Amino acid sequence: MGAISGRERAAWLIGGLVIFVYALFPVAWIVSLSFKSPADLTNKKFLPTSFTKVNYEQILTGGAKDLFLPALRNSIGIALIATFISVILAMFCAYAIARLNFPGRRLILTTALAVSIFPVISIVTPLFNLWREIGLYDTWAGLIIPYLSLTLPISIWTLSAFFREIPWEMEQAAQVDGATSWQAFRKVIVPLAAPGVFTTAIIAFFIAWNDFVYGISLTSTNAARPVPAALAFFTGSSQFEEPTGAISAAAVIVTIPVVVLVLLFQRRIVAGLTNGAVKG
Amino acid sequence: MSTVTEPAPTQAAEPRRARTTDRARQERSLGWKLAGPAFVVMLAVTAYPIANALWLSLFDYRLTDPTNRRFVFLKNYVVILGDPIWWRAVGVTLLITVITVVVELVIGFGLALVMNKALSLIRPVLRTVILIPYAIITVVSAFAWQFAFSNTSGFVNDWFSFLPGISETTDWFGGFWSSLAVICASEIWKTTPFISLLLLAGLAQVPEEMQEAAQVDGATWWQRMYKVTIPNMKAAIMVAVLFRTLDAFRVFDNVFIMTAGAQGTETVSLLAYRQTITRVEIGMGSAVSVLLFLCVVLISFVFVKGFRINLAQARGEG
Repeated sequence: MGAISGRERAAWLIGGLVIFVYALFPVAWIVSLSFKSPADLTNKKFLPTSFTKVNYEQILTGGAKDLFLPALRNSIGIALIATFISVILAMFCAYAIARLNFPGRRLILTTALAVSIFPVISIVTPLFNLWREIGLYDTWAGLIIPYLSLTLPISIWTLSAFFREIPWEMEQAAQVDGATSWQAFRKVIVPLAAPGVFTTAIIAFFIAWNDFVYGISLTSTNAARPVPAALAFFTGSSQFEEPTGAISAAAVIVTIPVVVLVLLFQRRIVAGLTNGAVKG
Repeated sequence: MSTVTEPAPTQAAEPRRARTTDRARQERSLGWKLAGPAFVVMLAVTAYPIANALWLSLFDYRLTDPTNRRFVFLKNYVVILGDPIWWRAVGVTLLITVITVVVELVIGFGLALVMNKALSLIRPVLRTVILIPYAIITVVSAFAWQFAFSNTSGFVNDWFSFLPGISETTDWFGGFWSSLAVICASEIWKTTPFISLLLLAGLAQVPEEMQEAAQVDGATWWQRMYKVTIPNMKAAIMVAVLFRTLDAFRVFDNVFIMTAGAQGTETVSLLAYRQTITRVEIGMGSAVSVLLFLCVVLISFVFVKGFRINLAQARGEG
């Protein structure tokens, strides 16, 4: 495109600044809100006049503790287990799709695609009924199983895309040297595939962490209710007090792991998202 | 992974070699041993529930009154399709879908252009920050936008009170159009990054030589955009639009948090939720779920046939 003029340079810098503000403004707002004192919450200003920890105290040690802490534990446990199961299943599946010649590969990929466009709420109605009958309503397993419908398809697509880029000659070389398919897979491919598997796990975790529909429909108590659903049920410490501050503080806490993962692994996450979706 | 799955019988259509070698047979069996469990789980968590919903939708069945469960065949569907509540929900859902997808496509393309051309110094920063809205929980984003526009805690009324129609006391969630605007804004903020990342990947596939040739021939920036760039990334645009359309059509979290369907903002997903979970009308709720499912299938069908998208190819399976 030739040399970039000073004016063009300034234009792209401004464009970059716009993106920066666009992406972070609502986040900055909720962080600001979480540090406002109750008196500040209604002053209609963007920034707090003085910083206070009172909202964090309320959800971690105070009145909203019994609502927030169990929900946080549920969210972490359920999202991690669902991620783990779907990445393990998807790993074997994607390896087979990328590498082995067997009838049904297309069928599996098409099924994954169909499942990923499935309206979650359509699954909720029968599950709500079934889970009540067989006792999975309001349990961890009762959320982990439906979460697989969210995390498994994207894991299969993303991982197959990663696996296709692995230099498979090395595996063939191992097989020529007398290793079975299984040995070649375990000794040669697994280490090469680890970064892709890891990226897939992060994306699957984001999706499970984000779920709201299953969370509010298939739980009723602290036993399994995840954070996004619990946020919707927050109330103030008295009926005259809006729970705005407590919700903001809780929102900031559940956002921290997400932001940390993004900061650490942005390059991989972008590669994972776009590989699975556009390039293959 | 000891679960062995029988190969699906319909897949036997693949031309069979006269003598299947041991190695090929072993590969085939290993293929299904490895891929089978994921396949079975996917079917179990979706096909079974939707079949079950189809069955339940034929009953008059209220959870609080299980003894009066009666088979009513298609009556639930007749009731729903004859009810303005359903059509209103469909209309609102379509409105949200069209507004958000169009706006996201425009903004997403702009962001992708900037990221594509941004100086190498700030590119990593941009790629990081753009992921933050994508990764943030929708419910958190919904609360952030709700609080910002709220007339008790929000700064929006204060900042924009110089505009006609906005004052300190403007109640954004008191009317249909203003509620819808905030719902759409939140949805757009959260999901545009996904579109723009797909478009960025599409931009990277536009051949540089064609751009240069067009420039040498004296084409303006707009001409290059319309004649070279956009036609070359048609596949990426279509995939982005299809996925976002299907996603937007299922909109739930934002609406639930901000209005819970008040001011006529109830979407189809919210209607299904209300019938099933709030009113425990399992039969009626199942029928709404099935209809929502059919809408999503219809949208996919229109996209795949109407715009001739080869999804598998677009996703790299060509």
